[in-house]
Amino acid sequence: MSGVRVLVGTRKGAFILTADAKRRRWDVSGPHFAGWEIYHMKGSPADPNRLYASQSSGWFGQVIQRSCDGGKTWEAPGGGVTMDPGEGAGPKGESNKFVYDVSPPRGKPLTTHQWYDGTQHPWEFKRVWHLEPSHTDPDSVYAGVEDAGLFRSTDGGTTWQELAGLRGHGSGPKWQPGAGGMCLHTILIDPSNPKRLYVAISAAGAFRSDDGGTTWRPINRGLHSQYIPEPSAEVGHCVHRLALHPSRPNVLFMQKHWDVMRSDDGGDSWREVSGNLPSDFGFVIDVHAHEPETIYVVPIKSDAEHYPPDGKLRVYRSRSGGLGNDWEALTKGLPQVDCYVNVLRDAMCVDTLDPCGVYFGTTGGQVYASADAGDSWAPIVRDLPAVLSVEVQALP
Amino acid sequence: MIRVVLPPHLRTLARVTDEVTLDVPPAVPLTRAAVLDALEARYPMLRGTIRDHVTAQRRPFLRFFACTRDLTHEPADAPLPGAVGSGEEPFLIVGAIAGG
Repeated sequence: MSGVRVLVGTRKGAFILTADAKRRRWDVSGPHFAGWEIYHMKGSPADPNRLYASQSSGWFGQVIQRSCDGGKTWEAPGGGVTMDPGEGAGPKGESNKFVYDVSPPRGKPLTTHQWYDGTQHPWEFKRVWHLEPSHTDPDSVYAGVEDAGLFRSTDGGTTWQELAGLRGHGSGPKWQPGAGGMCLHTILIDPSNPKRLYVAISAAGAFRSDDGGTTWRPINRGLHSQYIPEPSAEVGHCVHRLALHPSRPNVLFMQKHWDVMRSDDGGDSWREVSGNLPSDFGFVIDVHAHEPETIYVVPIKSDAEHYPPDGKLRVYRSRSGGLGNDWEALTKGLPQVDCYVNVLRDAMCVDTLDPCGVYFGTTGGQVYASADAGDSWAPIVRDLPAVLSVEVQALP
Repeated sequence: MIRVVLPPHLRTLARVTDEVTLDVPPAVPLTRAAVLDALEARYPMLRGTIRDHVTAQRRPFLRFFACTRDLTHEPADAPLPGAVGSGEEPFLIVGAIAGG
């Protein structure tokens, strides 16, 4: 591997951080899309130069951006300037168009979801939270959106179609928005079986498809959420993030609103592995690239106080997949006094170099990197806008 | 030839640095819908950023001005002032001021 490229989405633009394989000296490029919220950027595993970005704004809505040169240049896939568009013959500009499927065979009218006041509310598209490119085809990419739905493009982001079986499987009317909105924020593709997909929705829970996204079912057995009327309900859980290791895609890890959870059967059942964490509230969770039982979380004090316990920014690592009550605080290089930032759900990732690199970004605008699997940390940048997402690519 | 002034973020998205000029198919009268149709045909990346893809409803934080008048709440098929159609005055798309 020649190096790494870290893709950082922030409240006010995107930044691309690059380094050689030692990961000590970094070049910073950006802001790209200055002034826009970049909820997520991610590269295609099949072509590292193919990147997708979700650019959004309260004024102008959703824009999808695509790069074919590793982020040097970007384009809206729906079409560029057309001097002579002709009568309806020009580009249709549909790369920003996310329309819920309401066709009877697939989407049904797809009912409504639960609103804050307990009434039913129609689905309304707001933004793309997460983009998950296919492992094998650079032109195929999934988008998780708010209000919660899953879309797929097979033409490089030019057009999008909803996989309406998720909203239509039956539990949709019980889904409800969390404080951050009703978002589909996690999409995992089983690398050994691309027909198997996992998604997570706040505040509905986790769901699995075994047929490429056509049909879905909730996978929340074993979750316990005291903030809902029936704590062990089939749906209604505020799942913050899922993670898996490519070599063992049946083993899932979850950071729920409260509780760190683990499943060894593809989500059919879950058990809590919070163990000795100082707080089991948090947003991120990820798995070491070469050790499938080594997992990372960043504990946050509580849902009422979105900052680290005791003003100390600590990543916690378990080498037993959480089973051994062995969570250890990783603090070297991280602020251990007066630190009151948050680490949002898409803002942690790992690279595939050896030793494994771990990265996370904060709402204070810092992006921290560890080139030794979490033993020590250093900031790549300190003063970006609030970080929404961090992804990393190992470059050939 | 009519003139359209975009808010700064949409200028960046459309890769223009100044106001844009458009040939609008001759129609009497010229309407906002015709201006936006021509704008989106020339700059397809703007589709959905000014009005909804499906309903064509104006995005809530955008306003339309021309000839010192606020035309935001005029119907999309209402006639625009003659000075917009002749190119003497631009049609302005303005983002609401917000923040702190």
